[in-house]
Amino acid sequence: MEKTWNNRAWFLVLPVLLLVAFSAIIPLMTVVNYSVQDTFGNNVFFWAGLDWFQELLHSPRFWQALARNLVFSGIILAIEVPLGILIALNMPKAGWGVPVCLVLMALPLLIPWNVVGMIWQVFGRVDIGLLGKTLSLLGVDYNYVQDPVDAWITIIVMDVWHWTSLVVLLCYAGLVSIPDAYYQAAKIDGASGWSVFRYIQLPKMHRVLLIAVLLRFMDSFMIYTEPFVITGGGPGNETTFLSIDLVKMAVGQFDLGPAAAMSLVYFLIVMLVSWVFYTVMTNYGQES
Amino acid sequence: MNFSWMAWTLPTALFFGTIAALLIGMAVWEYFSPGGNPRHGILRFETTRGDRLFISLLGSGFINLAWLGLIGPQLWWALALSLVYAICVFRFV
Repeated sequence: MEKTWNNRAWFLVLPVLLLVAFSAIIPLMTVVNYSVQDTFGNNVFFWAGLDWFQELLHSPRFWQALARNLVFSGIILAIEVPLGILIALNMPKAGWGVPVCLVLMALPLLIPWNVVGMIWQVFGRVDIGLLGKTLSLLGVDYNYVQDPVDAWITIIVMDVWHWTSLVVLLCYAGLVSIPDAYYQAAKIDGASGWSVFRYIQLPKMHRVLLIAVLLRFMDSFMIYTEPFVITGGGPGNETTFLSIDLVKMAVGQFDLGPAAAMSLVYFLIVMLVSWVFYTVMTNYGQES
Repeated sequence: MNFSWMAWTLPTALFFGTIAALLIGMAVWEYFSPGGNPRHGILRFETTRGDRLFISLLGSGFINLAWLGLIGPQLWWALALSLVYAICVFRFV
């Protein structure tokens, strides 16, 4: 039977299109418009051309913040993805332990970001925090307010505590969807634990891992609330990521033009890296 | 309705007009030649013509930024380079 083409179904997409237009496209257009102008408020704008972009591209402040962001995202992915897989592999697959583990894993995800920042800010304090006080009693020279390395360690540990659960839950969902027949076949062949992981579990998890890597990259690359609450970008500018710098520029200094230019460059970088991750991991799946 | 807060200028309006024209052009192309023309190019993975437009636009953004950062604010040559890049993407990717 010949299929009848009816493009009227496209009208069903119209509500989403309107929603995206008002929540994303119009604000993005406004940011582009602001990025080539200067303003002192009251909707009065002055043409600035490409000055803000040029200033941004020659600003050490921008490149340093970008480098911090890339290093932070790299460390986060290098820790959270293998750790998430390891925990998911060791979680029970049946029995009463399953709901207990799932609830325990979901708990950090339910806590609002600013509360997580506050928890770790107090937890790490040398005078009253459990972590900070204990470390100082043990003779460890730890002070995230003054030492950049300590500030980085605190933020990384906080992020690992907060978000590894997401990777665990996604990997666990991938693992439990593998039919028993695969494991039975591997057992008959006398496959080692590593072979089962390498040739059965990892390929079967690649779709959820793609989502996990993408989500964790985008989230860590755009991190704002937790480091802002814990360190406020300090000591000095050592934990000032792009998002913190952007808010300082746009809200603190009311430099809307430079902030808009920075937003667009930030947006392009996020799009590029996300596209590369997505393409590489999708095609890895097809080849395997 | 007052849209003065959007701070429109002629160059940005032309920029978005060009993007809209490209999207409309792609829709018309798809209407006359449905399926997106998927193929394996030099990147050795499947791309449709929508993917190729995305790669062209994203790459053009970075070409213009690199030109601005390394050479200067005269972006006409960067625009020409972006067009050559886009043609190469549509031809070989």
